[in-house]
Amino acid sequence: MADPHYPEDLRYNAEHDWARIDPANPGEATFGITWYAQDTLGEVVFFTPPAVGSMLVKGEHYTEVESVKAVSDVVAPLSGEVTEVNEALSAEPQRINEDPYGDGWLVRVRLTDPAEADSLMDAGAYAAMLT
Amino acid sequence: MVEFAGWEMPIQYAGIREEHLAVRRDVGVFDVSHMGQIELRGDAALKLAERVLSAEVSDMDVDSARYSLICNEQGGVLDDVIVYRIEERRLLIVTNCANHERDLAWIRAHNDADAAVVTDLQAGYAMLAVQGPQARPLLAQLSATSLPARMRCASGELGGVPVLACGTGYTGEDGLELLCEPELAARLWSALVESGARPAGLGARDTLRIEACFPLYGNDIDEQHDPISAGLGWACAERTGFIGAERVAAVRAAGPRQRLVPFVVDGPGIARAGNAVLPAPDDGGKPDGGGVVTSGTYSPSLDRGVGLAYLPAWRAIPGRELQIDVRGTLRAATVATKPLYQKDR
Repeated sequence: MADPHYPEDLRYNAEHDWARIDPANPGEATFGITWYAQDTLGEVVFFTPPAVGSMLVKGEHYTEVESVKAVSDVVAPLSGEVTEVNEALSAEPQRINEDPYGDGWLVRVRLTDPAEADSLMDAGAYAAMLT
Repeated sequence: MVEFAGWEMPIQYAGIREEHLAVRRDVGVFDVSHMGQIELRGDAALKLAERVLSAEVSDMDVDSARYSLICNEQGGVLDDVIVYRIEERRLLIVTNCANHERDLAWIRAHNDADAAVVTDLQAGYAMLAVQGPQARPLLAQLSATSLPARMRCASGELGGVPVLACGTGYTGEDGLELLCEPELAARLWSALVESGARPAGLGARDTLRIEACFPLYGNDIDEQHDPISAGLGWACAERTGFIGAERVAAVRAAGPRQRLVPFVVDGPGIARAGNAVLPAPDDGGKPDGGGVVTSGTYSPSLDRGVGLAYLPAWRAIPGRELQIDVRGTLRAATVATKPLYQKDR
């Protein structure tokens, strides 16, 4: 699980979710949970993915991540339609702990309003919120 | 760290699953110094013990240990304890931290004419639990004398620290619980960890005891539940006439209306304490006036959600299908047999 880290290329909400928007394709994003979120939860044992095609609304929870200790809501950082879910997590949910910004991604989303990203925090603001 | 009944307690060191599996496969050590100790001494000690404890005590050998409940007059459970017969007329009762003061007051209130000497020894002992298949080999290296067998106790020395060692535990594994002077506990802890015992916290203690189907006071047993419903009739010897024995005998004779049973969640998802348990669709699927999870967690050994639940007796039968309302989602589950985790022996 390494040390706390919050990549500069991501945007964050206060509920400890991140969104990665590819500058070359700003209409789509990948979502996941932050290092802080996985560290607080501890060993993740179940991730229940949303259905492909389901609509996510910024600020509303769309799935759950469950650890030995507790269950936590996952809140959509942006609005959009789920185009892909990380199928590998059903067999290996611990990827969320091991690599929260890489192999531990949760869903890919076609954004309905890419401008919503302006309201998210950058890495510096998110890290400052945690202290 | 979390605060528990005034004690700072470690939830985990390396991670719950890792610590859990270390205890199942190798050996772990828990600091359980929050547990309380009450000594009963003198000619009247046995009589007092058999008044307040559900278990028979007078037939215990010296240097043996036994699980027991403390019940109120209505047969509700006030605490679950281990009693050690240290000497012919000297008993040590190990209590749950959160109940210790109440237990002490209860025992003193029933000590007619102060016939027995009742002493609060909670501050006098630290307690470490060494548990796992490698617990005995590890402890044998640190001890010049032989270790007590399961449910036996013995005074001795481990790593140079005087201990009262008991073949008891709360994990479903073999192992010992060690009582020592608080000032020497850090030295004993270090000796154990340096010999290879993995530090394990309250989180793993909970997942291990749930797999072993050991009840936790405050979750699975309390004043609202009697020993028979909790599946603890084996710890009650009504013939001694302990406080609550008549009620316990009546429930035993009539059969309990509900029973505490283990369950396994069939798919993903983890039921937690407080979740409602409904009959399976084939059994009507509607709430039928009972059914609640009292302990629920993820089982590292079985890799699925498991727990203990009170169910109406008619469906508290191994193999019976259930539905558990987990945060608004009905999860299929099945009543299991005890223990949830079966050690290959």
